[in-house]
Amino acid sequence: MGSRASSLLREEDIEEIKKETGFSHSQITRLYSRFHSLDKGENGALSREDFQRIPELAINPLGDRIINAFFPEGTNKKYTAREDQVNFRGFMRTLAHFRPVEDNEKNKDLTSGEPLNSRTNKLHFAFQLYDLDRDDKISRDELLQVLRMMVGVNISDEQLGSIADRTIQEADTNGDMCISFSEFTKVLEKVDVEQKMSIRFLH
Amino acid sequence: MEGAWEIAFVFFQVWLSIVVGLIMLPAMFGVSLGFTDIYIKVLVKTLEWATLRIQRGQKEQAALPSQSANGIIEKDDGSMQEEIGELRRSHPKNLAGGDFTLCDAFYFCKKGIENIVEDQVTQRFTSEELASWNLLTRTNNNFCYISLRLTIIWGLGVFIRYCILLPLRITLAVIGLSWLVIGTILVGLLPSSNVKNWLSDLVHITCYRICARGLSATIRYHNKENRPKKGGICVANHTSPIDIVILANDGCYAMVGQVHGGLMGVLQRSIVRSCPHVWFERSEMKDRHAVAKRLKDHIADKTKLPILIFPEGTCINNTSVMMFKKGSFEIGGTIYPVAIKYDPQFGDAFWNSAKYNMVSYLLRMMTSWAIVCNVWYLPPMTRQDGEDAVQFANRVKSAIAHQGGLVDLSWDGGLKREKVKESLKEEQQKMYSSMIIGSDFNENVNTQQLH
Repeated sequence: MGSRASSLLREEDIEEIKKETGFSHSQITRLYSRFHSLDKGENGALSREDFQRIPELAINPLGDRIINAFFPEGTNKKYTAREDQVNFRGFMRTLAHFRPVEDNEKNKDLTSGEPLNSRTNKLHFAFQLYDLDRDDKISRDELLQVLRMMVGVNISDEQLGSIADRTIQEADTNGDMCISFSEFTKVLEKVDVEQKMSIRFLH
Repeated sequence: MEGAWEIAFVFFQVWLSIVVGLIMLPAMFGVSLGFTDIYIKVLVKTLEWATLRIQRGQKEQAALPSQSANGIIEKDDGSMQEEIGELRRSHPKNLAGGDFTLCDAFYFCKKGIENIVEDQVTQRFTSEELASWNLLTRTNNNFCYISLRLTIIWGLGVFIRYCILLPLRITLAVIGLSWLVIGTILVGLLPSSNVKNWLSDLVHITCYRICARGLSATIRYHNKENRPKKGGICVANHTSPIDIVILANDGCYAMVGQVHGGLMGVLQRSIVRSCPHVWFERSEMKDRHAVAKRLKDHIADKTKLPILIFPEGTCINNTSVMMFKKGSFEIGGTIYPVAIKYDPQFGDAFWNSAKYNMVSYLLRMMTSWAIVCNVWYLPPMTRQDGEDAVQFANRVKSAIAHQGGLVDLSWDGGLKREKVKESLKEEQQKMYSSMIIGSDFNENVNTQQLH
């Protein structure tokens, strides 16, 4: 009498994911059930349509950007078999950014250096929501596009343009009219990123 | 050879007389011989024992902690204004025009990820997860092997359900439905009169009672004084086609629905002979005015039975009540709300039409332990002055959700198959825009929240 959905998830996989992401055993199996229920095609991977089927995500103004974060560019075979699909490991890796930061983790020695849910990595996740072409800079154009996603038709191009200009002015320290990741981090240094970009997972 | 046939024939006769004598006749007279009650009691004891065994076994193995159906994450329930306001507090404020900060995206990001992990809508279209295993293979999602005794009990359960109960239930269902068709055709031959109506009611109730026995259904009706009356509209939350059997066991209703072909069509055509039901052709369904008119005419005639409508429009998994379509609430008349709550421990009544067709669904029903449910009749409601159909529908929905202990959602059950409307996203964008621009926009902001 084994489990149904988690019979496809081997213990070795769970251990590897545990090491990489820091989730507990039971959290991983619960999230696997969720992954499995979203995977309508039952092929062990999620496509963008699978995410779009979640109504609350579909009405989120940044829904498309968030979904995009699950599909990193290039095909790292560990996480995606094809460019438009993400497997469970890739799914967990992205979710791992939102684990709350625990004190005992600050001293842990992890193979990849910094844990996925560190403050820096959380900020980087948010940075990539704005950085559409993944060139590590938020240009005025990119900022305008993302702003347009968030406000819809309710604000004029002019007003939006001046908002974008002001935001870049505030953040830009090296005068290249773009926001780099370090400038982004500096502007948001007082924001409680650990709390605002974390989700309280149960058990 | 002949000897074998004779024995089989005798066996069959005995079987049939048992069925008729112990099940059909009592059903016709609404009498219960108490077999089902005893069965349910034994079942409850067995399942309790099984639960304890599983919990003990899990502690011993120090395996996965018991998966509670509490959810994967704990969410904040702040509104968009509150959450973004908090985010911006630590950020130096922009004085001249525009109130945007880069950290605003955090709010949408967090909400989005939360919804990916756990959302309010998609979980309603699959069966509810049980807190502890009920000895059915089909609900065995996360439970491991515990002990030999448990396996034996499970095996015994399989034998009882498939070899003893299933044939019995199929026999009853066949008898019930045939009797419904034959009985209603016969009654239909009579001229219109009080006797005809009385006979029609009798035939209907008897058949539904036999069908209910065919599912080992134990139904508890509460507040019978609020039972729907003639000329009214009965609305209930929808979990499966069996809802009709459940409700019709305690009253007679006029059904509403689309004309089907096949077996359903036969049933529809025969029962409409003995008393008026409202069947629509597929083409008529599109014309909302025609539909409304026919329903209005029906309830205007006080001799006709109350209409039974399921305003959700589709089957939901009995953990929540989803948006009620306003059509039934625009007709006028008195609404009699009814809440139906199934006990998932004995059998999952939800019809996942994407996964199972009608026949496999019915077979699953007949191989569960039993169907146990509670039906609450709520006090009648009418539309108040200054209340439009949508608000009235929401009021009725809340009352039903509250009584049945179900979550009250305003999401459309149609999201099972369709995409969400763009207008909901536009509402979110509008709400956020007002936070950037400021007081000019505040007057027209909607109160729809992103949960």
